[in-house]
Amino acid sequence: MLVEQIAVFLENKSGRLAEITAILAENEINIRALSVADTADFGILRLIVDKVEKAKTVLRENGFTVGKTQVLAVEIEDKTGGLAKVLKSIKNAGINVEYMYAFVNKTGENAVLIFRFEKMGEAIDTLQRDNFTILTSEQICGL
Amino acid sequence: MYWQKDQECLPRPDLEKLQLERLRATLRRVANNVPFYRNKFAELQLRPDQLTALEELRDYPFTTKQDLRDNYPYGLFAVPLRDVVRVHSSSGTTGIATVVGYSRNDIITWSDLVARILCGAGVTPDDVIQIAFGYGLFTGGFGLHYGAERLGASVIPISSGNTKRQIKIMQDFKTTALVCTPSYALKMADVMMDMGVNPNGLSLRYGLFGAEPWSEAMRQEINERLGIRATDNYGLSEVMGPGVAGECRECNGLHISEDHFFIEIINPDTLEPVAPGEVGELVITTLTKEAFPVIRYRTRDLTRLLPEPCPCGRTFVRMSRVMGRSDDMLIIKGVNVFPTQIEAVLFEIEGTEPHYRLVVERENNEDKLTVMVEVVESIFFDEMKKQRALVETIKKRLASELGIGVEIKLVEERSLERFDGKGTRVIDKRRL
Repeated sequence: MLVEQIAVFLENKSGRLAEITAILAENEINIRALSVADTADFGILRLIVDKVEKAKTVLRENGFTVGKTQVLAVEIEDKTGGLAKVLKSIKNAGINVEYMYAFVNKTGENAVLIFRFEKMGEAIDTLQRDNFTILTSEQICGL
Repeated sequence: MYWQKDQECLPRPDLEKLQLERLRATLRRVANNVPFYRNKFAELQLRPDQLTALEELRDYPFTTKQDLRDNYPYGLFAVPLRDVVRVHSSSGTTGIATVVGYSRNDIITWSDLVARILCGAGVTPDDVIQIAFGYGLFTGGFGLHYGAERLGASVIPISSGNTKRQIKIMQDFKTTALVCTPSYALKMADVMMDMGVNPNGLSLRYGLFGAEPWSEAMRQEINERLGIRATDNYGLSEVMGPGVAGECRECNGLHISEDHFFIEIINPDTLEPVAPGEVGELVITTLTKEAFPVIRYRTRDLTRLLPEPCPCGRTFVRMSRVMGRSDDMLIIKGVNVFPTQIEAVLFEIEGTEPHYRLVVERENNEDKLTVMVEVVESIFFDEMKKQRALVETIKKRLASELGIGVEIKLVEERSLERFDGKGTRVIDKRRL
């Protein structure tokens, strides 16, 4: 039900993102989605990749601080109001979103929303009850 | 110009005789009352009663800051607590704080010694003295306060901080003497400029500065910008606090109150005495302290003695201003900071050996300490909220540990240079 996400600590200095993506490319790891949260001094890069363990290992070997978190991937139709529906359902259940990011799949029909909720268990129950499609890791990598 | 002329101008032979008597009495007293000293003396078969010359003190063991920490809080007190009327302490909650105590007589002596320094700098009972040192466990505030009262000056115990208010009070109360750190005096000059206050319109005449290293260039700048005569004074809480030594109006070295402190200058590596006039580490033995005597305390401050007689008439030897440290202690905003204190806090938070770097700068005459911390997995979060909360936690813990505010900069793992053993983790960019 939950999808593994890796997070990487980044100092705000030039070339770091390029280095990470190069390392992943060399190791034939495919990035499905990413987001960067940043302050003036540092950033947190979050990645959904097809080979989580391998990505973690190679990034660590290259001196990066890597964390692993579980996030929730929700698939919606790529139509106006799609995200609003999901957020309304979550809001009604009184659950806070810690962060989210999104990508559109190859066919361009559906969008995938990646969520980190304050209460992951309750969020799953709520979204399932409201008939949203929750993707597994395999499904994400197959997109 | 003198507070206690008879003592301050005592002929050297008489002074040395007095020192020997007092030294023998102090050694005898610590051997009787302080197990730490008793055991050390016994091990080395030292008999205070048999001390016949000041030079024989060299046979006695040194006392270090670590000894003070090991005996935290009251282990080195030489009188029962009921005879202690005051305690002061260094900052620190990680088990490396030190505590010192004062008997009623110690407070009187301390007040007199501070009064000597004020007098030497030119302060009289007619002066209004603004004490902008922190009051509290730090010895600076209370030390100067009691000395200034003893002298009979009018004391404004304003304590540290709130520079605009300091200046307002300085104007309204017609302060004539200012006590603070030299960098804070320059900060005040900056703020006066911002406020449109002309220092020439103030009543200020004297500045008594201490608690941090400074230079002749800084003295010139302070004198010119504030229109005062700045003098240096020296002390440390382990020995007493301010009042150990101070400049007279010659402004050429600090007279050490040798009737109360016996001074040695040693090579910090060989621990042997340096040749007269050479730079070395200052070692102090208290001669009259009752509650907290120290024997051959290694101050870690580097200085040299100026043996030539001073035109002021005082017979007490002068030391040059402190030139540096023989350990890794930093003085930031007048507060003593050891890298180990920071390391201990980071270790607690990270749960592992921290990798860090300290950067000290002086911006607008104010010291700024930035702690660069490598982010390891135990302190890395995928949520920005938590990552920023971590920065705040480190900030707060360090502020409470050190007693000064710090900046935190998180850096990537393995981005800081590694040091083998006792390498320096400190980059001090201050130019004094």
